[in-house]
Amino acid sequence: MSVNLHSFTQYAPGSSRKILDNINLTVEDGAFIALVGPSGAGKTSLLRAIGGLSPVYAGQLLIDDLPIGHSDLPKRKTGFVFQNYALFRHMSVARNISFGLDVLPRKQRPDRAAITARVQDLLELIQLPHLADARPDQLSGGQRQRVALARALATEPKLLLLDEPFGALDPIVRRTIRRWLRELHDKLGLTTILVTHDHEEALDIADRLVVMQDGRIVQDADATTLNTSPQTPFVMQFLGETLEFAGKIQDGQFIPEDTDALPFPVSEKNGKTIVFIRPCDVQFISGKGMAHILSRSRNPNGLYHYAVQTTQRALDITTPMPTEISEGEQFGLDISHGKIFSNLP
Amino acid sequence: MFFLRRHTLPGFPLTFGITLLWVGLLVILPLLALLLRPWQDGTAAILQTLHDPRVFAAFRVSFGCALFAALLDLPLGILLAWTLVRLRPPGYKIINACIDLPFAIPTAVTGITLATLYGPNGWMGKLLAHAGLQVAFTPTGIVIALMFVGLPFLVRTIEPVLQNFPSEVEEAAFLLGATPFQKFYRVILPAILPATLSGFGLAFARCIGEYGSVIFIAGNQPFRSEIAPLLIVMRLQEFDYSGATTIAVMLLLTALLCLGGVSFLRLRASRGLIMEETK
Repeated sequence: MSVNLHSFTQYAPGSSRKILDNINLTVEDGAFIALVGPSGAGKTSLLRAIGGLSPVYAGQLLIDDLPIGHSDLPKRKTGFVFQNYALFRHMSVARNISFGLDVLPRKQRPDRAAITARVQDLLELIQLPHLADARPDQLSGGQRQRVALARALATEPKLLLLDEPFGALDPIVRRTIRRWLRELHDKLGLTTILVTHDHEEALDIADRLVVMQDGRIVQDADATTLNTSPQTPFVMQFLGETLEFAGKIQDGQFIPEDTDALPFPVSEKNGKTIVFIRPCDVQFISGKGMAHILSRSRNPNGLYHYAVQTTQRALDITTPMPTEISEGEQFGLDISHGKIFSNLP
Repeated sequence: MFFLRRHTLPGFPLTFGITLLWVGLLVILPLLALLLRPWQDGTAAILQTLHDPRVFAAFRVSFGCALFAALLDLPLGILLAWTLVRLRPPGYKIINACIDLPFAIPTAVTGITLATLYGPNGWMGKLLAHAGLQVAFTPTGIVIALMFVGLPFLVRTIEPVLQNFPSEVEEAAFLLGATPFQKFYRVILPAILPATLSGFGLAFARCIGEYGSVIFIAGNQPFRSEIAPLLIVMRLQEFDYSGATTIAVMLLLTALLCLGGVSFLRLRASRGLIMEETK
C-alpha cells in the first residue's frame, strides 16, 4: 500500500499551534521507512494520522491514492502497534490476536476452526505457541510486543504502522526482534512505517529515514545520503556524535576560534560560521598546535577513545583508527573534513 | 508476634489503637446492640414481626425499588462517566459538580423537592398526568427518588477507572475493525465491569436504606408504597422496640447478603484484570 501526504497540517486541539506543519511525504508500496526525531517532533502524530486516528487536518492524505476515511478503503488493511502495546487485558493472548477476525461481520468472518488455525500460525510466527491461554499481564515486555504485532497482523494488513515498538525492550531482545521484523516485512510484502527516536535502530532496519523536528520533515533520505550530506546541523547531530568548531571565514579560509584547530580553505562567503565534524574525521597533525592527549582507552567495540586537551577546551574523540601521536607530544587538529551549513538558524 | 515486633514506621501503637477504638466503638458496638435488642422482650415479639405480611410487603417495596433504581442507574452511570471522561463536553465542570449534588443535598430536601415536582400540581406531575401516568405516591415515585440518590455512586466509581483506561486500547479496537458497539461490549465494558459492579453495590445499598428522600414522594400506603425504614420509624413511635429492631436486623442481613452477592460477581469480573501468578 502506498501512502501520500501533500501539505498535510494538523493543529493541536483547541489552539493554533501546529503539531504537524506542511508535511509532504511519499511512501511507496513495499517500502520500509523510519520516522526519527527527538521527543515532541511530531513522529507519533504523523503515524496516528496515517493510521486514520486524527480526523481533523488540513491538506491531503492518500492511501493507495484514496483519501483516508474513504468508504472504499477498508480500514482493516492497516495494522497499528502502539507504544504501550494497548493489549486487551481481560482477554487471553489467543483472543487478543483473533480480535480483528472475531469482530468481522458474520458473513465475512472465517469459521471458528479457521480462526483458531490462523491464531496458531501467528503464535508460531511470533515464537510463542505455548502462551495462547496466558493473559497479557503474565507476559514480559518483549512477549507483549510480539503479541501486539501478531494482533495487528491477524487481519492481513498491507500497511504496518509501528510506534516505538522496541522502546521497552532490552538491547539483546531489541536486536533479535528488529531483524525478525525486517524479515517479516520482506516475507509478507508489507509497507512498514516505524517511529523511533533511536537513529541506530532506524539506520539498521529501514530503507529510508525521515528525520523530523518541530512538526516538520527536515530530511527524507537513505542512510548513506544522510551520512554524507545532512541537510541541517540538527540532522547531523541527531545521527551521531558531532563536534562543533566556531570561527570565521576570511578570504577563502576558515579560521577557528580554537587556536589548536588548523585553518583550512573553504568556498563560502566571509563571516562567522560553525564547522560540524564527526569525531572520527578529526585528524591529529603533529607539530602544528598545542593540543595534547590526556588519556587514551579502547572501548568494547574496538574503537579508540582519546581525551584531548586544547588550549581552550577539552574534547572527546572516538575513532576506529589508532593515532601515532605519542604521550606528551603536541599536535594540531585538522578539521577540514567538517561541514559548514550555510543555512544556520 | 505482629504486636511485639518493632516496626520501622513510628506511631504504630497509637494508630493501631485509634483504628481499633473506631471500629469497636462506632461499628461493632452499635451492631452488637442491634443484634441483641430484639431478644430482650422474648421471642413472641420477633415471631410476630416475622409473620407480619405488612413487613414483608415493605421489604418487597424497599428491595424491589432499590434494585430497579440501581439497575436503571447502571447504563445511565456508564454513559455519564464515559461522556465526562472521553468527550469533555462544554460546561464539563458544571455537569461534574451537579453529579455530586445528591451527595450534598440533605435527603429531606431532595424528598420535598421531588414531591413538589412530581406531585399532582407539580410541573412534571401535571405533564405526566396528561399522559395518564401517576408518579407521586406510587412505587414509580420511589424509584425516581432512589435513582436520583444512587446515580453519583455509579458515576464516581466508574469515572476513575475509565480515566486510567488507555485510549489507545479503544483506538486499537477501532483499527482492528470493531464497530462502536463491539468496542464498548468487548473492550470497554469488561474493563470497567468490576468498578461498575462496585458502584452498583454501593448505589443499591444506599437505596435500600434511603428514607428522607423517599417518604415524601412515596405516599406510604401499606402493602403498596411503604418502605421498610419507614416501618421501623412507625414501630418506634408505637414504642415497639423489639419489632423495630427485628425489622432493622432483617434489613441489615438482607442488605449484607445482597452486597456479598455483588462482591462475588465483582471478583469474578475482575479475573484477568488483576495480576495472577505466572503459570
